[in-house]
Amino acid sequence: MATITTDDVQHVATLARLEFNEEDIAEFTHQLARILDYIGKLNELDTTDVPPTSHPLTLRNVVKEDVAKSSYERDVVLDGAPSVEEGYFEVPKVIE
Amino acid sequence: MPLYELTAHELHEKLKAREITAVELTQSMYHRIGAVEEQIDGYLTLTEEGALESAAVADEGFQRGDEMPPLAGIPIAIKDVICTKGVLTTCGSKILGNFVSPYDATVMTKLHQQGAVMLGKTNMDEFAMGSSTENSAYQTTRNPWNLETIPGGSSGGSSAVVAAGAAICSLGSDTGGSIRQPAALCGVVGMKPTYGRVSRFGLVAFASSLDQIGPFSKDVTDCALVLNAICGHDPMDSTSADVPVPDFTKCLINDLEGVKIGIPKEYFTAGIDSEIEESVRSAIAVLQGAGATIEEVSLPHTDYAMATYYIIAPAEASANLARYDGVRYGFRATNADELGDMYRQTRSQGFGEEVKRRIMLGTYALSSGYYDAYYLKAQQVRTLIKSDFDDAFEKVDVVVTPTSPTAAFKIGERTADPLQMYLSDVLTTPANLAGLPGISIPCGLTSDDLPIGLQILAAPFEEEKILRAAYTFEQNTDHHRKRPKLSSK
Repeated sequence: MATITTDDVQHVATLARLEFNEEDIAEFTHQLARILDYIGKLNELDTTDVPPTSHPLTLRNVVKEDVAKSSYERDVVLDGAPSVEEGYFEVPKVIE
Repeated sequence: MPLYELTAHELHEKLKAREITAVELTQSMYHRIGAVEEQIDGYLTLTEEGALESAAVADEGFQRGDEMPPLAGIPIAIKDVICTKGVLTTCGSKILGNFVSPYDATVMTKLHQQGAVMLGKTNMDEFAMGSSTENSAYQTTRNPWNLETIPGGSSGGSSAVVAAGAAICSLGSDTGGSIRQPAALCGVVGMKPTYGRVSRFGLVAFASSLDQIGPFSKDVTDCALVLNAICGHDPMDSTSADVPVPDFTKCLINDLEGVKIGIPKEYFTAGIDSEIEESVRSAIAVLQGAGATIEEVSLPHTDYAMATYYIIAPAEASANLARYDGVRYGFRATNADELGDMYRQTRSQGFGEEVKRRIMLGTYALSSGYYDAYYLKAQQVRTLIKSDFDDAFEKVDVVVTPTSPTAAFKIGERTADPLQMYLSDVLTTPANLAGLPGISIPCGLTSDDLPIGLQILAAPFEEEKILRAAYTFEQNTDHHRKRPKLSSK
């Protein structure tokens, strides 16, 4: 398995919507490399034809009647928002 | 004996006989909190006003002579990862530092229905990621047995307040051992029920296929009483299991005749502190003395559980924590002038180091080109780990192991090395991967007077077998009666 580089870490940070200075990127590269190295021990196991487990229980789809119900009041939901305008969540500029 | 040293079932008798009122009990608990909290730092928020109101309501019921539920008027602490209506729910994170939940988690609704009294919200590792509470954005909780050591984590606040007499019972959550490990390190009872047993509605998600809410208490009877209150199918959680819930107090039988106990040899390898191994071995002898038959079993993929867990949990976390973007609730960075920048700044300033590390690890494992090598591989190994347990439970009723390879470690001892900290959970994560129920009960003290925990696991939905074994152990020993010598101010 290829070792993780600072470029990989920078790319992952972009995907995760996180930003770091160069020092942090170097530190993460070092730490993630060490953790991934440990995780690499999974390759000792031959898992050909082993089905993956995504969930401990056997899940089935849960469907319910399509009935309209009231939910939380708008004010209650907006109460925790950092910025609100005219009943909407307000965010900084999206397009120039 | 002061009220704070009693159990919920003992206090229930006193409330029922009207020897004490719930209001008096609640007041005495806040007095105790005032005396010890400065040393422990177990709480993030205290909710005295609401607690006294709930207590007064319970008292009305007791005074009318109503048939009151076992937790009516009982003071309980709640891990700050569980949503509590109208009360701060921070998850130990700055990003939710001002978050007041608009609704109650299902477990809170159920506790309120019983008339339980919420004392406050307890400290935890940020988003339940950690084994010591040192990852809390607010404070490090100290272990009541030795204030220089950690209480375990991530539910370290919930375990410490019960051990210190600053709550009668509490709720925590367990994703890789976050109830059982702190219970072991603080010398209290802590149980992770089967995945699906307790609704996760209102439990802030860390790793959705692993997370489960469960109780901390001073003894196994209280554990059963809290389980009775919180278990059950919930239409609000599509992963909650639609299976009947027994009365868990019915299996509290002091006898193990005909019960088969498996000892997995892979859990007694190098890395287990010798005092812990000794104490667990003598606990096994007690169980044998009570009628159980003991046999060695093998869980051959145990050694791969940590690596599997550290792919699956961060992968799920990276997806779950995508919702913290500064738009709808919580913290928002103020200097950004466009949306993408606001996301990045909010998340970078709002999350702590360990949370970022896990988001990075999870995002990497799920990213294009690495998915098969990491995430798929881990899911396949998860199948192998689960089959190990399926095979073992064909032969035995329960499996008994140490809960933690070491007793409580010193504050700061493992913070420099994330991998070393992760390995604190080496004996607890397999049960999460397989969805099994598990308990940790006190089984002794080290020569430094630090508690040791005994872990008992069973097949899914067989909590009763665990409780029976744990109860029998408790009836034949007095480890659960030991309390830290905490000086109160």
